Amino acid sequence: MPIHDQSYRRYGGDRAPEGRAWTVITAAGIRTMLAKRKFLGLLLVAWLPFIVRAVQMYIAANFPQAAMLAPTPETFRQFLEQQGIFTFFITIFTGAGLIASDLRANALQIYLSKPLGRFEYIAGKFGVLAFFLLLVTWVPATMLLVIQIVFAGNLAFLKANLFLLPAILVATGIETVVLCMVMLALSSLSKSARFVGIMYAGMMFFTHALYGVVFVVTRNTTFSWMSLQGNLQHLGDLVFRVESRYDTPAWATVLALAVIVGASAYVLERRVRGVEVVT
Amino acid sequence: MSDSAADPVVSISSLTVLYGKQRALNDVTALFPPGAVGLLGPNGAGKSTLLKTLLGFIKPAAGAMKVLGLDVATSPAEIRARLGYMPEIDAHIPGMNAVSFVAYCGQLAGLPPVDAMQRSHEVLYYVGLGEARYRNVETYSTGMKQRIKLAQALVHDPDLLFLDEPTNGMDPKGREEMLELIRDLAHNKGMNLILSSHLLPDVEFTCDHVIVLHHAIVATQGPIDELKGPRGSVFEFRIKGDRAAFSRLLAEAGLSVHAGEEDVMRVFVPDDRGAHALFSLAARHGVQVRHLRPSLPSLEDVFAQAVGEE
Repeated sequence: MPIHDQSYRRYGGDRAPEGRAWTVITAAGIRTMLAKRKFLGLLLVAWLPFIVRAVQMYIAANFPQAAMLAPTPETFRQFLEQQGIFTFFITIFTGAGLIASDLRANALQIYLSKPLGRFEYIAGKFGVLAFFLLLVTWVPATMLLVIQIVFAGNLAFLKANLFLLPAILVATGIETVVLCMVMLALSSLSKSARFVGIMYAGMMFFTHALYGVVFVVTRNTTFSWMSLQGNLQHLGDLVFRVESRYDTPAWATVLALAVIVGASAYVLERRVRGVEVVT
Repeated sequence: MSDSAADPVVSISSLTVLYGKQRALNDVTALFPPGAVGLLGPNGAGKSTLLKTLLGFIKPAAGAMKVLGLDVATSPAEIRARLGYMPEIDAHIPGMNAVSFVAYCGQLAGLPPVDAMQRSHEVLYYVGLGEARYRNVETYSTGMKQRIKLAQALVHDPDLLFLDEPTNGMDPKGREEMLELIRDLAHNKGMNLILSSHLLPDVEFTCDHVIVLHHAIVATQGPIDELKGPRGSVFEFRIKGDRAAFSRLLAEAGLSVHAGEEDVMRVFVPDDRGAHALFSLAARHGVQVRHLRPSLPSLEDVFAQAVGEE
Protein backbone atom coordinates (compact mmCIF):
# COMPACT_ATOMS: atom_id res chain seq x y z
CA MET A 1 0.00 0.00 0.00
CA PRO A 2 1.46 3.38 -0.92
CA ILE A 3 2.21 5.37 2.19
CA HIS A 4 0.03 8.28 1.09
CA ASP A 5 -3.03 6.07 1.46
CA GLN A 6 -2.64 6.67 5.19
CA SER A 7 -4.09 9.99 4.12
CA TYR A 8 -3.94 13.60 5.01
CA ARG A 9 -6.43 15.44 7.14
CA ARG A 10 -7.35 19.09 6.94
CA TYR A 11 -6.83 21.11 10.14
CA GLY A 12 -9.75 22.95 11.67
CA GLY A 13 -8.31 23.88 15.05
CA ASP A 14 -7.16 27.15 16.58
CA ARG A 15 -4.31 29.27 15.30
CA ALA A 16 -2.36 31.76 17.37
CA PRO A 17 -2.63 35.39 16.28
CA GLU A 18 0.32 36.84 14.40
CA GLY A 19 3.19 38.33 16.36
CA ARG A 20 3.78 35.46 18.77
CA ALA A 21 6.12 33.33 16.69
CA TRP A 22 9.16 34.90 18.37
CA THR A 23 8.12 33.25 21.65
CA VAL A 24 8.18 29.86 19.88
CA ILE A 25 11.73 30.54 18.67
CA THR A 26 12.87 31.70 22.10
CA ALA A 27 11.27 28.76 23.93
CA ALA A 28 12.77 26.25 21.49
CA GLY A 29 16.20 27.87 21.77
CA ILE A 30 16.10 27.79 25.57
CA ARG A 31 15.05 24.13 25.58
CA THR A 32 17.83 23.26 23.14
CA MET A 33 20.46 24.93 25.32
CA LEU A 34 19.17 23.39 28.55
CA ALA A 35 19.47 19.95 26.96
CA LYS A 36 23.25 20.41 26.76
CA ARG A 37 25.05 19.10 29.83
CA LYS A 38 28.13 21.26 29.38
CA PHE A 39 25.97 24.34 29.23
CA LEU A 40 24.06 23.33 32.34
CA GLY A 41 27.43 22.93 34.07
CA LEU A 42 28.42 26.42 32.97
CA LEU A 43 25.15 27.83 34.34
CA LEU A 44 25.71 26.11 37.69
CA VAL A 45 29.26 27.46 37.94
CA ALA A 46 27.94 30.92 37.05
CA TRP A 47 25.77 30.80 40.18
CA LEU A 48 28.65 29.98 42.55
CA PRO A 49 29.52 33.68 43.13
CA PHE A 50 25.90 34.20 44.15
CA ILE A 51 26.23 31.49 46.79
CA VAL A 52 29.46 33.02 48.08
CA ARG A 53 27.84 36.46 48.30
CA ALA A 54 24.77 35.00 50.01
CA VAL A 55 26.98 33.37 52.65
CA GLN A 56 28.81 36.69 53.06
CA MET A 57 25.48 38.43 53.73
CA TYR A 58 24.39 35.74 56.15
CA ILE A 59 27.60 36.10 58.14
CA ALA A 60 27.42 39.90 58.10
CA ALA A 61 23.82 39.81 59.29
CA ASN A 62 24.35 37.23 62.06
CA PHE A 63 27.87 37.85 63.38
CA PRO A 64 28.59 41.40 64.54
CA GLN A 65 32.33 40.63 64.44
CA ALA A 66 32.03 40.31 60.65
CA ALA A 67 30.42 43.71 60.13
CA MET A 68 33.08 44.60 57.57
CA LEU A 69 31.41 42.03 55.29
CA ALA A 70 28.15 43.97 55.31
CA PRO A 71 26.98 44.71 51.78
CA THR A 72 27.22 48.16 50.23
CA PRO A 73 26.00 49.34 46.82
CA GLU A 74 29.52 48.58 45.61
CA THR A 75 29.02 44.94 46.57
CA PHE A 76 26.35 44.63 43.90
CA ARG A 77 28.49 46.45 41.37
CA GLN A 78 31.39 44.09 42.12
CA PHE A 79 29.12 41.08 41.89
CA LEU A 80 27.93 42.03 38.42
CA GLU A 81 31.52 42.75 37.38
CA GLN A 82 32.54 39.26 38.54
CA GLN A 83 29.72 37.80 36.48
CA GLY A 84 31.40 39.31 33.42
CA ILE A 85 33.48 36.20 32.81
CA PHE A 86 30.33 34.05 32.77
CA THR A 87 28.44 36.43 30.52
CA PHE A 88 31.41 36.21 28.14
CA PHE A 89 31.29 32.41 27.94
CA ILE A 90 27.49 32.20 27.95
CA THR A 91 27.33 34.73 25.12
CA ILE A 92 29.68 32.60 23.04
CA PHE A 93 28.17 29.26 24.00
CA THR A 94 24.57 30.35 23.43
CA GLY A 95 24.85 33.06 20.85
CA ALA A 96 27.49 31.98 18.34
CA GLY A 97 25.27 29.44 16.62
CA LEU A 98 21.95 31.23 16.94
CA ILE A 99 21.93 32.54 13.36
CA ALA A 100 25.11 30.92 12.00
CA SER A 101 23.65 27.43 12.36
CA ASP A 102 20.46 28.53 10.60
CA LEU A 103 22.52 29.96 7.76
CA ARG A 104 24.47 26.70 7.49
CA ALA A 105 21.24 24.67 7.29
CA ASN A 106 19.45 27.22 5.03
CA ALA A 107 16.84 27.50 7.76
CA LEU A 108 16.05 31.14 7.08
CA GLN A 109 13.93 30.16 4.09
CA ILE A 110 11.94 27.86 6.36
CA TYR A 111 11.51 30.48 9.09
CA LEU A 112 10.63 33.36 6.78
CA SER A 113 8.16 31.31 4.75
CA LYS A 114 6.07 31.10 7.95
CA PRO A 115 3.93 34.02 9.11
CA LEU A 116 6.77 35.83 10.85
CA GLY A 117 8.96 38.67 9.72
CA ARG A 118 12.67 39.23 10.00
CA PHE A 119 12.18 41.37 13.12
CA GLU A 120 10.29 38.57 14.84
CA TYR A 121 12.95 36.05 13.89
CA ILE A 122 15.69 38.25 15.34
CA ALA A 123 13.57 38.96 18.43
CA GLY A 124 13.19 35.21 18.97
CA LYS A 125 16.93 34.63 18.74
CA PHE A 126 17.58 37.69 20.90
CA GLY A 127 15.25 36.24 23.53
CA VAL A 128 17.29 33.05 23.84
CA LEU A 129 20.56 34.82 24.59
CA ALA A 130 18.93 37.54 26.69
CA PHE A 131 17.23 34.90 28.86
CA PHE A 132 20.50 33.23 29.79
CA LEU A 133 22.42 36.50 30.24
CA LEU A 134 19.76 37.86 32.58
CA LEU A 135 19.69 34.49 34.33
CA VAL A 136 23.30 34.98 35.44
CA THR A 137 23.19 38.76 36.01
CA TRP A 138 19.86 40.38 36.80
CA VAL A 139 18.27 37.35 38.50
CA PRO A 140 21.08 36.59 41.00
CA ALA A 141 21.77 40.29 41.68
CA THR A 142 18.11 40.93 42.46
CA MET A 143 17.95 37.78 44.54
CA LEU A 144 20.97 38.98 46.52
CA LEU A 145 19.03 42.10 47.37
CA VAL A 146 16.10 39.99 48.56
CA ILE A 147 18.43 37.72 50.54
CA GLN A 148 20.02 40.74 52.22
CA ILE A 149 16.55 41.82 53.39
CA VAL A 150 15.70 38.32 54.59
CA PHE A 151 18.97 37.83 56.50
CA ALA A 152 18.97 41.35 57.96
CA GLY A 153 15.32 41.03 58.95
CA ASN A 154 14.58 44.64 57.98
CA LEU A 155 14.34 46.97 55.00
CA ALA A 156 16.92 49.47 56.23
CA PHE A 157 19.53 48.68 53.56
CA LEU A 158 17.00 48.71 50.74
CA LYS A 159 15.45 52.00 51.96
CA ALA A 160 18.88 53.60 52.15
CA ASN A 161 19.81 52.34 48.69
CA LEU A 162 16.51 52.24 46.86
CA PHE A 163 18.27 53.12 43.61
CA LEU A 164 19.81 49.63 43.58
CA LEU A 165 16.66 47.99 42.21
CA PRO A 166 16.52 50.12 39.04
CA ALA A 167 20.33 50.23 38.87
CA ILE A 168 20.57 46.44 38.69
CA LEU A 169 17.85 46.37 36.06
CA VAL A 170 19.35 49.16 33.94
CA ALA A 171 22.97 47.93 34.13
CA THR A 172 22.13 44.31 33.32
CA GLY A 173 19.53 45.38 30.76
CA ILE A 174 21.95 47.56 28.81
CA GLU A 175 24.69 44.94 28.98
CA THR A 176 22.25 42.30 27.73
CA VAL A 177 20.98 44.40 24.84
CA VAL A 178 24.49 45.34 23.71
CA LEU A 179 25.96 41.84 23.97
CA CYS A 180 22.94 40.22 22.32
CA MET A 181 22.99 42.62 19.40
CA VAL A 182 26.74 42.30 18.87
CA MET A 183 26.65 38.51 19.05
CA LEU A 184 23.61 38.19 16.76
CA ALA A 185 25.23 40.48 14.20
CA LEU A 186 28.44 38.43 14.27
CA SER A 187 26.44 35.22 14.11
CA SER A 188 24.74 36.43 10.96
CA LEU A 189 28.09 36.96 9.25
CA SER A 190 29.22 33.34 9.13
CA LYS A 191 27.90 29.81 8.78
CA SER A 192 30.37 28.54 11.37
CA ALA A 193 29.47 28.97 15.05
CA ARG A 194 33.09 28.30 15.98
CA PHE A 195 34.32 31.12 13.78
CA VAL A 196 31.67 33.44 15.24
CA GLY A 197 32.90 32.61 18.75
CA ILE A 198 36.44 33.46 17.72
CA MET A 199 35.28 36.72 16.11
CA TYR A 200 33.41 37.72 19.27
CA ALA A 201 36.33 36.92 21.57
CA GLY A 202 38.68 38.70 19.18
CA MET A 203 36.50 41.77 19.10
CA MET A 204 36.22 41.94 22.89
CA PHE A 205 39.96 41.48 23.44
CA PHE A 206 41.11 43.53 20.47
CA THR A 207 39.06 46.62 21.31
CA HIS A 208 40.20 46.46 24.94
CA ALA A 209 43.81 45.89 23.93
CA LEU A 210 43.59 48.85 21.56
CA TYR A 211 42.36 51.02 24.39
CA GLY A 212 45.20 49.65 26.56
CA VAL A 213 47.80 50.68 24.00
CA VAL A 214 46.29 54.17 23.66
CA PHE A 215 46.24 54.45 27.45
CA VAL A 216 49.90 53.45 27.74
CA VAL A 217 50.82 56.09 25.18
CA THR A 218 48.60 58.92 26.44
CA ARG A 219 48.08 57.95 30.12
CA ASN A 220 44.52 59.13 29.53
CA THR A 221 41.46 56.99 30.34
CA THR A 222 39.02 59.05 28.27
CA PHE A 223 39.64 56.74 25.33
CA SER A 224 37.73 53.91 27.02
CA TRP A 225 34.97 54.46 24.44
CA MET A 226 37.20 52.45 22.06
CA SER A 227 36.65 49.31 24.13
CA LEU A 228 33.30 47.50 24.24
CA GLN A 229 34.21 46.09 27.63
CA GLY A 230 35.36 49.53 28.81
CA ASN A 231 32.07 51.12 27.78
CA LEU A 232 30.05 48.54 29.67
CA GLN A 233 32.27 48.88 32.76
CA HIS A 234 32.03 52.66 32.67
CA LEU A 235 28.27 52.64 32.27
CA GLY A 236 27.97 50.13 35.15
CA ASP A 237 30.04 52.40 37.40
CA LEU A 238 27.86 55.38 36.54
CA VAL A 239 24.61 53.52 37.08
CA PHE A 240 25.74 52.16 40.47
CA ARG A 241 27.03 55.60 41.52
CA VAL A 242 30.51 54.28 42.32
CA GLU A 243 33.72 56.04 41.41
CA SER A 244 34.44 55.29 37.77
CA ARG A 245 37.77 53.96 36.62
CA TYR A 246 37.52 55.99 33.41
CA ASP A 247 37.38 59.74 32.82
CA THR A 248 35.32 59.31 29.67
CA PRO A 249 32.25 61.58 29.51
CA ALA A 250 29.02 59.66 30.01
CA TRP A 251 27.66 60.87 26.68
CA ALA A 252 30.67 59.42 24.84
CA THR A 253 30.10 56.01 26.40
CA VAL A 254 26.37 56.09 25.68
CA LEU A 255 27.05 57.23 22.12
CA ALA A 256 29.63 54.49 21.57
CA LEU A 257 27.22 51.83 22.81
CA ALA A 258 24.40 53.28 20.68
CA VAL A 259 26.65 53.17 17.61
CA ILE A 260 27.56 49.53 18.35
CA VAL A 261 23.89 48.57 18.70
CA GLY A 262 22.98 50.55 15.58
CA ALA A 263 25.75 48.94 13.54
CA SER A 264 24.67 45.51 14.74
CA ALA A 265 21.07 46.23 13.75
CA TYR A 266 22.27 47.33 10.31
CA VAL A 267 24.26 44.12 9.84
CA LEU A 268 21.25 42.04 10.89
CA GLU A 269 19.00 43.94 8.51
CA ARG A 270 21.38 43.18 5.65
CA ARG A 271 22.11 39.56 6.52
CA VAL A 272 18.82 38.10 7.76
CA ARG A 273 16.93 37.58 4.52
CA GLY A 274 14.95 34.80 2.97
CA VAL A 275 17.13 34.84 -0.10
CA GLU A 276 20.75 35.65 -0.70
CA VAL A 277 21.04 37.72 -3.85
CA VAL A 278 24.48 38.09 -5.37
CA THR A 279 24.56 40.91 -7.89
CA MET B 1 -9.26 28.40 -0.29
CA SER B 2 -9.79 31.39 -2.50
CA ASP B 3 -13.07 33.21 -2.22
CA SER B 4 -14.62 31.46 -5.14
CA ALA B 5 -13.59 28.40 -7.06
CA ALA B 6 -13.09 30.42 -10.22
CA ASP B 7 -10.90 33.11 -8.65
CA PRO B 8 -7.21 32.74 -9.36
CA VAL B 9 -5.17 31.76 -6.31
CA VAL B 10 -2.31 33.89 -7.57
CA SER B 11 -2.49 36.83 -9.93
CA ILE B 12 0.54 38.66 -11.18
CA SER B 13 0.46 41.83 -13.17
CA SER B 14 3.44 43.36 -15.02
CA LEU B 15 5.92 41.97 -12.51
CA THR B 16 9.55 42.92 -12.98
CA VAL B 17 12.32 41.70 -10.69
CA LEU B 18 15.88 42.92 -11.03
CA TYR B 19 19.09 41.37 -9.70
CA GLY B 20 21.33 44.36 -10.17
CA LYS B 21 21.05 45.11 -13.87
CA GLN B 22 19.90 41.58 -14.70
CA ARG B 23 16.16 41.15 -15.29
CA ALA B 24 15.14 37.97 -13.45
CA LEU B 25 11.49 38.55 -14.36
CA ASN B 26 10.47 40.92 -17.12
CA ASP B 27 6.95 42.33 -17.14
CA VAL B 28 5.39 39.00 -16.19
CA THR B 29 1.60 38.81 -16.16
CA ALA B 30 -0.02 35.52 -15.22
CA LEU B 31 -3.05 34.02 -13.51
CA PHE B 32 -2.74 30.84 -11.48
CA PRO B 33 -6.14 29.14 -11.27
CA PRO B 34 -7.14 26.90 -8.35
CA GLY B 35 -5.82 23.33 -8.51
CA ALA B 36 -2.39 22.18 -9.54
CA VAL B 37 -0.43 24.61 -11.68
CA GLY B 38 2.95 23.82 -13.13
CA LEU B 39 5.53 26.55 -13.37
CA LEU B 40 7.70 25.23 -16.11
CA GLY B 41 10.90 26.48 -17.62
CA PRO B 42 14.56 25.77 -18.09
CA ASN B 43 17.05 26.54 -15.33
CA GLY B 44 17.45 30.28 -14.91
CA ALA B 45 14.05 31.09 -16.42
CA GLY B 46 12.91 32.83 -13.23
CA LYS B 47 10.70 30.16 -11.63
CA SER B 48 12.28 30.20 -8.17
CA THR B 49 12.55 33.99 -8.30
CA LEU B 50 8.83 34.19 -8.96
CA LEU B 51 7.99 31.98 -5.98
CA LYS B 52 10.35 33.91 -3.70
CA THR B 53 8.84 37.19 -4.85
CA LEU B 54 5.37 35.88 -4.09
CA LEU B 55 6.60 34.90 -0.61
CA GLY B 56 7.88 38.43 -0.06
CA PHE B 57 11.57 37.41 0.05
CA ILE B 58 12.38 39.61 -2.94
CA LYS B 59 11.05 43.10 -3.52
CA PRO B 60 10.00 43.57 -7.14
CA ALA B 61 11.08 46.60 -9.16
CA ALA B 62 7.58 46.93 -10.60
CA GLY B 63 4.25 45.17 -10.77
CA ALA B 64 1.49 43.91 -8.51
CA MET B 65 0.87 40.46 -7.02
CA LYS B 66 -2.07 38.93 -5.21
CA VAL B 67 -2.03 35.57 -3.45
CA LEU B 68 -5.31 34.09 -2.24
CA GLY B 69 -6.88 37.49 -2.82
CA LEU B 70 -4.36 39.30 -0.59
CA ASP B 71 -1.84 41.86 -1.77
CA VAL B 72 1.72 40.60 -1.34
CA ALA B 73 3.00 44.12 -0.72
CA THR B 74 0.65 44.84 2.18
CA SER B 75 -0.24 41.45 3.70
CA PRO B 76 2.83 39.20 3.52
CA ALA B 77 2.31 37.62 6.94
CA GLU B 78 -1.38 36.86 6.33
CA ILE B 79 -0.42 35.25 3.03
CA ARG B 80 2.37 33.17 4.54
CA ALA B 81 0.00 31.94 7.26
CA ARG B 82 -2.02 30.30 4.47
CA LEU B 83 0.95 29.17 2.41
CA GLY B 84 3.24 26.19 2.54
CA TYR B 85 6.65 26.52 0.92
CA MET B 86 8.96 23.70 0.01
CA PRO B 87 12.27 25.32 -0.97
CA GLU B 88 14.47 23.99 -3.73
CA ILE B 89 17.62 23.85 -1.65
CA ASP B 90 18.27 21.52 1.25
CA ALA B 91 16.81 23.35 4.28
CA HIS B 92 16.02 22.36 7.86
CA ILE B 93 16.25 23.66 11.41
CA PRO B 94 19.52 22.32 12.82
CA GLY B 95 19.70 20.06 15.85
CA MET B 96 16.19 18.66 15.72
CA ASN B 97 14.68 15.29 14.94
CA ALA B 98 12.03 15.13 12.27
CA VAL B 99 8.99 15.15 14.51
CA SER B 100 10.28 18.10 16.57
CA PHE B 101 11.25 19.98 13.41
CA VAL B 102 7.86 19.61 11.77
CA ALA B 103 5.99 20.37 15.02
CA TYR B 104 8.20 23.46 15.48
CA CYS B 105 7.27 24.61 11.98
CA GLY B 106 3.62 24.08 12.87
CA GLN B 107 4.00 26.24 15.96
CA LEU B 108 5.77 28.93 13.95
CA ALA B 109 2.74 28.91 11.66
CA GLY B 110 0.45 29.47 14.65
CA LEU B 111 -0.66 25.99 15.67
CA PRO B 112 -0.92 25.29 19.42
CA PRO B 113 1.91 22.98 20.64
CA VAL B 114 -0.29 19.91 21.14
CA ASP B 115 -1.97 20.26 17.75
CA ALA B 116 1.37 20.95 16.08
CA MET B 117 2.83 17.75 17.52
CA GLN B 118 -0.19 15.69 16.48
CA ARG B 119 -0.12 17.13 12.96
CA SER B 120 3.61 16.53 12.81
CA HIS B 121 3.15 12.81 13.36
CA GLU B 122 0.32 12.69 10.83
CA VAL B 123 2.09 14.49 8.02
CA LEU B 124 5.32 12.56 8.59
CA TYR B 125 3.36 9.35 8.10
CA TYR B 126 1.67 10.87 5.08
CA VAL B 127 4.95 11.74 3.37
CA GLY B 128 6.42 8.34 4.19
CA LEU B 129 8.75 9.24 7.06
CA GLY B 130 6.73 7.67 9.85
CA GLU B 131 9.38 5.13 10.74
CA ALA B 132 12.22 7.65 10.65
CA ARG B 133 10.50 10.47 12.49
CA TYR B 134 12.69 10.34 15.60
CA ARG B 135 15.92 10.55 13.62
CA ASN B 136 17.88 13.77 13.44
CA VAL B 137 17.09 15.48 10.14
CA GLU B 138 20.79 16.01 9.47
CA THR B 139 21.22 12.22 9.12
CA TYR B 140 18.56 11.97 6.40
CA SER B 141 19.28 11.01 2.81
CA THR B 142 18.54 13.48 -0.01
CA GLY B 143 15.21 11.83 -0.77
CA MET B 144 14.18 11.91 2.89
CA LYS B 145 15.14 15.56 3.11
CA GLN B 146 12.83 16.30 0.18
CA ARG B 147 10.00 14.52 1.98
CA ILE B 148 10.54 16.38 5.24
CA LYS B 149 10.56 19.67 3.37
CA LEU B 150 7.12 18.70 2.06
CA ALA B 151 6.02 17.72 5.60
CA GLN B 152 7.02 21.08 7.09
CA ALA B 153 5.15 22.83 4.28
CA LEU B 154 2.02 20.80 4.99
CA VAL B 155 1.93 20.73 8.78
CA HIS B 156 -0.22 23.85 9.21
CA ASP B 157 -2.63 22.74 6.47
CA PRO B 158 -2.04 25.56 4.00
CA ASP B 159 -4.52 26.65 1.34
CA LEU B 160 -1.75 26.91 -1.21
CA LEU B 161 1.52 25.04 -1.59
CA PHE B 162 4.63 26.30 -3.37
CA LEU B 163 6.78 23.35 -4.39
CA ASP B 164 10.13 24.32 -5.83
CA GLU B 165 11.73 21.42 -7.74
CA PRO B 166 10.32 18.82 -5.30
CA THR B 167 11.90 15.81 -6.99
CA ASN B 168 15.45 17.14 -7.12
CA GLY B 169 18.02 14.51 -6.23
CA MET B 170 15.49 11.70 -5.72
CA ASP B 171 15.92 8.18 -7.04
CA PRO B 172 13.30 6.96 -9.56
CA LYS B 173 11.17 5.20 -6.96
CA GLY B 174 11.30 8.11 -4.54
CA ARG B 175 10.50 10.52 -7.36
CA GLU B 176 7.49 8.48 -8.36
CA GLU B 177 6.23 8.42 -4.76
CA MET B 178 6.75 12.15 -4.38
CA LEU B 179 4.80 12.82 -7.58
CA GLU B 180 2.02 10.53 -6.36
CA LEU B 181 1.87 12.51 -3.13
CA ILE B 182 1.68 15.81 -4.99
CA ARG B 183 -0.98 14.47 -7.31
CA ASP B 184 -2.95 13.13 -4.34
CA LEU B 185 -2.79 16.49 -2.57
CA ALA B 186 -3.99 18.36 -5.63
CA HIS B 187 -6.62 15.97 -6.91
CA ASN B 188 -7.91 14.18 -3.82
CA LYS B 189 -7.26 16.54 -0.93
CA GLY B 190 -8.37 19.71 -2.69
CA MET B 191 -5.14 21.59 -2.12
CA ASN B 192 -4.04 24.32 -4.48
CA LEU B 193 -0.42 24.04 -5.45
CA ILE B 194 2.17 25.58 -7.71
CA LEU B 195 4.83 23.15 -8.81
CA SER B 196 7.98 24.75 -10.12
CA SER B 197 10.02 22.36 -12.20
CA HIS B 198 12.20 22.08 -15.25
CA LEU B 199 11.05 18.47 -15.64
CA LEU B 200 8.20 18.21 -18.11
CA PRO B 201 7.00 14.75 -17.02
CA ASP B 202 6.67 15.92 -13.41
CA VAL B 203 4.43 18.81 -14.40
CA GLU B 204 2.46 16.74 -16.90
CA PHE B 205 1.82 14.02 -14.29
CA THR B 206 0.72 16.28 -11.44
CA CYS B 207 -0.73 19.47 -12.90
CA ASP B 208 -3.79 20.53 -14.86
CA HIS B 209 -2.53 23.94 -15.84
CA VAL B 210 0.88 25.18 -16.87
CA ILE B 211 2.71 28.48 -17.07
CA VAL B 212 5.89 28.34 -19.10
CA LEU B 213 8.62 30.80 -18.21
CA HIS B 214 11.51 31.38 -20.55
CA HIS B 215 14.15 34.10 -20.43
CA ALA B 216 12.27 35.88 -17.61
CA ILE B 217 8.97 36.17 -19.53
CA VAL B 218 5.83 34.05 -19.79
CA ALA B 219 6.21 32.04 -22.99
CA THR B 220 2.79 30.43 -22.78
CA GLN B 221 0.14 29.55 -20.23
CA GLY B 222 -3.12 27.65 -20.05
CA PRO B 223 -4.70 24.31 -19.23
CA ILE B 224 -2.37 21.50 -20.29
CA ASP B 225 -5.11 19.66 -22.20
CA GLU B 226 -5.93 22.78 -24.16
CA LEU B 227 -2.32 23.55 -24.93
CA LYS B 228 -1.84 20.01 -26.17
CA GLY B 229 -5.22 20.27 -27.88
CA PRO B 230 -6.39 19.50 -31.40
CA ARG B 231 -5.07 22.56 -33.15
CA GLY B 232 -2.65 20.45 -35.14
CA SER B 233 -0.93 17.12 -35.12
CA VAL B 234 2.43 15.79 -34.08
CA PHE B 235 4.49 13.24 -36.00
CA GLU B 236 7.62 11.34 -35.20
CA PHE B 237 9.65 11.63 -38.33
CA ARG B 238 12.95 10.20 -39.55
CA ILE B 239 14.65 10.80 -42.89
CA LYS B 240 17.73 9.67 -44.77
CA GLY B 241 20.07 12.55 -45.43
CA ASP B 242 20.83 15.97 -44.02
CA ARG B 243 18.52 16.37 -41.04
CA ALA B 244 19.51 19.96 -40.30
CA ALA B 245 18.81 21.09 -43.86
CA PHE B 246 15.42 19.39 -43.90
CA SER B 247 14.57 20.90 -40.52
CA ARG B 248 15.16 24.30 -42.06
CA LEU B 249 12.84 23.43 -44.94
CA LEU B 250 10.17 22.31 -42.48
CA ALA B 251 10.53 25.52 -40.53
CA GLU B 252 10.24 27.57 -43.74
CA ALA B 253 7.03 25.69 -44.49
CA GLY B 254 5.62 26.80 -41.12
CA LEU B 255 6.07 23.49 -39.33
CA SER B 256 7.88 23.45 -36.01
CA VAL B 257 10.47 20.79 -35.37
CA HIS B 258 12.27 19.71 -32.27
CA ALA B 259 14.59 16.86 -31.59
CA GLY B 260 13.22 13.57 -30.34
CA GLU B 261 15.14 10.50 -29.27
CA GLU B 262 18.23 9.63 -31.36
CA ASP B 263 17.67 10.80 -34.96
CA VAL B 264 13.90 11.11 -34.67
CA MET B 265 12.36 14.54 -35.18
CA ARG B 266 9.07 15.53 -33.65
CA VAL B 267 7.26 17.69 -36.16
CA PHE B 268 4.25 19.75 -35.24
CA VAL B 269 1.85 20.46 -38.09
CA PRO B 270 -0.29 23.36 -36.85
CA ASP B 271 -3.28 22.90 -39.20
CA ASP B 272 -5.24 19.97 -40.68
CA ARG B 273 -2.77 19.17 -43.46
CA GLY B 274 -1.53 16.18 -41.46
CA ALA B 275 1.14 13.81 -42.78
CA HIS B 276 0.51 14.97 -46.33
CA ALA B 277 2.42 18.18 -45.62
CA LEU B 278 5.49 16.17 -44.65
CA PHE B 279 5.35 13.69 -47.54
CA SER B 280 4.87 16.39 -50.16
CA LEU B 281 7.73 18.48 -48.77
CA ALA B 282 10.00 15.41 -48.71
CA ALA B 283 9.02 14.46 -52.28
CA ARG B 284 9.59 17.99 -53.52
CA HIS B 285 13.13 18.03 -52.17
CA GLY B 286 14.00 14.40 -52.92
CA VAL B 287 14.34 13.41 -49.31
CA GLN B 288 13.72 9.76 -48.40
CA VAL B 289 11.30 9.27 -45.50
CA ARG B 290 12.43 6.35 -43.34
CA HIS B 291 9.89 6.57 -40.57
CA LEU B 292 6.68 8.48 -39.92
CA ARG B 293 4.34 7.84 -37.04
CA PRO B 294 1.51 9.97 -35.66
CA SER B 295 2.14 10.91 -32.05
CA LEU B 296 0.07 12.42 -29.28
CA PRO B 297 0.96 16.03 -28.55
CA SER B 298 2.83 16.11 -25.24
CA LEU B 299 3.71 18.90 -22.89
CA GLU B 300 7.17 18.62 -24.34
CA ASP B 301 5.78 19.80 -27.69
CA VAL B 302 4.00 22.69 -26.01
CA PHE B 303 7.17 23.60 -24.19
CA ALA B 304 9.32 23.28 -27.27
CA GLN B 305 6.95 25.48 -29.25
CA ALA B 306 6.72 28.03 -26.47
CA VAL B 307 10.45 28.43 -26.02
CA GLY B 308 11.25 28.07 -29.70
CA GLU B 309 13.45 25.03 -29.13
CA GLU B 310 14.76 23.10 -32.12
